[in-house]
Amino acid sequence: MDYATSLYLTGAEIGLSISGLVLLLVSAWGGARVTRLVTILAAAALFGAAIFTGHLFTELSVPAAGDAFGGLYRADDFSSFAKILIYLAVIACLMITPKYLAANGIYRSEYPILLLFGAVGMSMMVSAVDLITLYIGLELSSLSSYVLASFARDDVRSSEAGLKYFILGALASGILLYGMSLIYGFAGTTDYAAIRLAFIGGIETGALFGIVFVLAGLAFKIAAVPFHMWTPDVYEGAPTPVTAFFASAPKVAAVAILMRIALEPFADHVDSWRQIVVFAALASIVVGALGAIGQDSLKRLLAYSSINNVGFILIGLATATQLGTSAMMTYLVIYVVMTLGSFTALLMLRAEDGRPFETFSDIAGLATRKPAIAWCLLLLMFSLAGIPPLFGFWAKFVVFRAAVEADLIALAAIGIAASVIGAFYYLKFVKVMFFDEAEGSVVKTSPIGQWIVLILAGIIVSPLGYFLNGLLDAWSSDAAASLFYLV
Amino acid sequence: MSSILIIVFLPLLAAIIAGFGNRALGNTVAKSITTGALFVSCVLSWPIFLGFLGGTATAEVVQVLTWVRSGTLTFDWALRVDTLTAVMLVVITTVSALVHLYSWGYMDEDPDQPRFFAYLSLFTFAMLMLVTADNLVQMFFGWEGVGLASYLLIGFWFRKPSANAAAIKAFVVNRVGDLGFMLGIFGTYLVFNTVSIPAILEAAPAMSGATIGFLGYRMATMDVLCILLFIGAMGKSAQLGLHTWLPDAMEGPTPVSALIHAATMVTAGVFMVCRLSPMFETAPVALAVVTFIGAATCLFAATVGTTQWDIKRVIAYSTCSQLGYMFFAAGVGAYGVAMFHLFTHAFFKALLFLGAGSVIHAMHHEQDMRYYGALRKEIPLTFWAMLAGTLAITGVGIYWLHAGFAGFHSKDAILEAAWGRGTELGRFAFWMGTIAALLTSFYSWRLMFLTFWGKPRWIESEHIQHAVHAGHDEPEDHNPARQEDSGHDVTHAVPPPEYRGGTGGYHPHESPVSMLVPLGVLTLGAIFAGFVFTDAFVDSETFWAGSIYYNEGLIHELHEVPLLVKLAASIVMLLGLTAAWFAYIKDTSIPEKAADQLGPIYHFFYNKWYFDELYRYVFLKPAFWFGRVFWKAIDMGTIDRFGPNGAAWLVSKGSVAAKRFQTGYLYSYALVMLLGLVAAITWVVF
Repeated sequence: MDYATSLYLTGAEIGLSISGLVLLLVSAWGGARVTRLVTILAAAALFGAAIFTGHLFTELSVPAAGDAFGGLYRADDFSSFAKILIYLAVIACLMITPKYLAANGIYRSEYPILLLFGAVGMSMMVSAVDLITLYIGLELSSLSSYVLASFARDDVRSSEAGLKYFILGALASGILLYGMSLIYGFAGTTDYAAIRLAFIGGIETGALFGIVFVLAGLAFKIAAVPFHMWTPDVYEGAPTPVTAFFASAPKVAAVAILMRIALEPFADHVDSWRQIVVFAALASIVVGALGAIGQDSLKRLLAYSSINNVGFILIGLATATQLGTSAMMTYLVIYVVMTLGSFTALLMLRAEDGRPFETFSDIAGLATRKPAIAWCLLLLMFSLAGIPPLFGFWAKFVVFRAAVEADLIALAAIGIAASVIGAFYYLKFVKVMFFDEAEGSVVKTSPIGQWIVLILAGIIVSPLGYFLNGLLDAWSSDAAASLFYLV
Repeated sequence: MSSILIIVFLPLLAAIIAGFGNRALGNTVAKSITTGALFVSCVLSWPIFLGFLGGTATAEVVQVLTWVRSGTLTFDWALRVDTLTAVMLVVITTVSALVHLYSWGYMDEDPDQPRFFAYLSLFTFAMLMLVTADNLVQMFFGWEGVGLASYLLIGFWFRKPSANAAAIKAFVVNRVGDLGFMLGIFGTYLVFNTVSIPAILEAAPAMSGATIGFLGYRMATMDVLCILLFIGAMGKSAQLGLHTWLPDAMEGPTPVSALIHAATMVTAGVFMVCRLSPMFETAPVALAVVTFIGAATCLFAATVGTTQWDIKRVIAYSTCSQLGYMFFAAGVGAYGVAMFHLFTHAFFKALLFLGAGSVIHAMHHEQDMRYYGALRKEIPLTFWAMLAGTLAITGVGIYWLHAGFAGFHSKDAILEAAWGRGTELGRFAFWMGTIAALLTSFYSWRLMFLTFWGKPRWIESEHIQHAVHAGHDEPEDHNPARQEDSGHDVTHAVPPPEYRGGTGGYHPHESPVSMLVPLGVLTLGAIFAGFVFTDAFVDSETFWAGSIYYNEGLIHELHEVPLLVKLAASIVMLLGLTAAWFAYIKDTSIPEKAADQLGPIYHFFYNKWYFDELYRYVFLKPAFWFGRVFWKAIDMGTIDRFGPNGAAWLVSKGSVAAKRFQTGYLYSYALVMLLGLVAAITWVVF
């Protein structure tokens, strides 16, 4: 393994790290004047990284994969797919942010730089094939997240969110690390492939403890029930663009490592962890739906919505099949689009006095005041509810199809039945926007970046999205195939 | 003879164009397309009929499309053309074309004319599919198609609650009959393993004497099948028991009554029995049922007809009665005679209905004959047409000359056939038919005398007063929907107070040419249809050419009945005429006195033998009761309560719990995480 290959495979992360450091210097020198420039450059760096990863995605013919740095890091189609999704999501977050932060007087150049470092951490997570690399990537992205959550540091709610996130995150990291140490203790290695070999003949109870601890730590990151309690509070307290970020890119990264760790080192012990995943999936769907129903705060509602969606994604993991993995990738893409679109719409809605719209009463009668946004939200909500012919239906469909093909028919049936509960609050959005009396005023103009993200999201979730199906299917199955290459 | 394709499908095409084009096409275009299509069909139909009449044409089947191929169940869309079909073709296309034309004038002020004409053409298509059917399933398709069109047309003025109710009633009552028809088709397939009519008719004689288990009893196979099929015919042809929808169907526009509820659709049952006549001939019990029901209907409807005041209802009951004649003719085995009466009846009954429409048109929507009188001079052309129709339905003719109006030939032949059959049931049918003929004559002349003779009694009519007083300034809210029989509105209003006797200052006008031409053509039919075609329909086995069961012996008997039997119809016709003349011209106080003295009987007849009331208590009330029980106790009380509402309750409770769980305190969040972890480990390890 020569060094040049290692550097080539990790090119995206290295490029992003250097960009982050340079931009940090730029902002230190330039002060507040260069904030906008730093934002644009950060987006450009991410875009470059996405292009480079896309190049890797096409270059590394399935199922060949490249290991870097002596098996600590792997660049394969799976990681490339997840990384591109992460980079694009972060770019979208950068595009929709400035106006909101500026309006609250906290538009500083640290914001894009934190996102950039977060992206580096997430990249490392999805490429990690060693417990140590995994932990480093996880902490890098987590630390960025803690700071971002309390970015509006003069705001009590934002500070509270940051603190809660940090403390509970530390607890989760502890659980994760304890699980890793147990696994290391029983396997004698931190390398995924070696762990798998070590447990091939059977697994001791202690190692089983390790697996459960690791899964629990990661479940905190994806906010699966019962490790979800932080989500509504943090999502509500953090500035809205940060919430949009939390709900998109880190979810992708966390789900991706969960998939890799479940299906590479522990692939031979599916029966041991499947019941936990099944329980977490159903509990997330039900709690996410029930929790959302009573909410008046739109951000809390979307937080529960993301818990609910994670439940559906976990159904794919419970299958432990290639089809299920591919379905999860498809679901992730569509989920990220729907989530970013919804938060963007939320960001675009502010009263004339600058107060952001955060409750149902704010968006009453939106259809008459801001018809374009209302119609986009209508598409997004119907899509989130999984109503055909919108694209959100397809996401749920592929997951349930995978579950049925894996003979998890009861799981699929319960999941489908529970998704009906979720439809209630998505439809409530539509009802409030289109049938309730309008009151108050709303800002007329929104920046172009937000419009682009919203309209793109609207187009993708509309039935037009099905034109993407061919590509999406092909990429998802490539990515899934690379996870199962070694099996 | 591929012209049959054009005959059948041109009306469908016209209906599609006019129906979907609707207002975009405009009234004139839609009317021209549909009427033009029907006239083309009509012109193409007559050569086919004349071909069979002249003996030059032969029966054939034109395949259109494969319909079903499933195991042994195979049948096609196919158009069968034989003598029986040809007779129906000319009846349907001729009356339909004339009714289309008539509607130009009659519906002139209606806002929804394209829809009306599309429905009419759609009906014609369905009726043509019915009569050209080569298998029972296609016949059922046409059967349901005409039912649908009938429903749509009865409820054409959908803003009138009574029209909607009548449409629903017609549909529901027909469903009862259709159930019988469907069971008949299923049973036929079960027994014969085919739905092809020729194949069934061929195999039927061999099945005579076989038995089948039905409702837990062993019964003669053919009797069961034929009675089931006849129940279908009873529904469509408004026979006793399933007749209640027909008088109510008069809520539809009058041209509809003429086309569907007099000339064509209601005769579908008779057509079906004739089409399947070789099958019915193997089922003696079924034939007895047909005869009995037909004879009973014939008398029942005639008694009710003598007491009604609404001009259209009188004619509706008259139709019901005449259908009874056709059925008992078929029941005694004289299928050709039944078809003959169907043929002549189509002309004179359509004429009577269109004439009645013309009278209603002239009298500004008034349909109650008590407010008519002395219209002979006011609308002379309508009067002469109605007179021809009345002479035809009452069967006026001279036996020794073998010459008379249409009904004379066909009705006399039916009575003679009933007598000539020689059975007790045949005699019973003869007497019922003869009494009914007496009543027919009475109510028909009653209608004529009340309408055209005597003194004007128009002033008491609200419709007439309305027309006279409101004049041209008739406010919309008096006639909000503009949906009333006869589109004729606010015309000939003359300012009061120029009262002349009972006219109320009102001047009826003769109808426009588009309405008078159909009346004229049908008048010719009412006069000559019997005289011209009697030999072919009654006496010629070669004319029918095997398309119906032809009972040579019966026809022979028919001509050998005693003279008094042959004269019976004419004698009772004269009696009825005389009675009507005494009661409604000579001394107009007679009807009232008679009604008083015969109180119970009069009320029994006037209230239509209390059939509607009987059904209300026997079927409707229990059905509503069941409906309420199922709705309140089962659906709302059980399914909704423990199903959707219960689930919603559970969800809202769960949502409250989920909210309460979210305390906002870090330590409780951490506790939940750790508990979750412990639970997961416990679960995995044990």
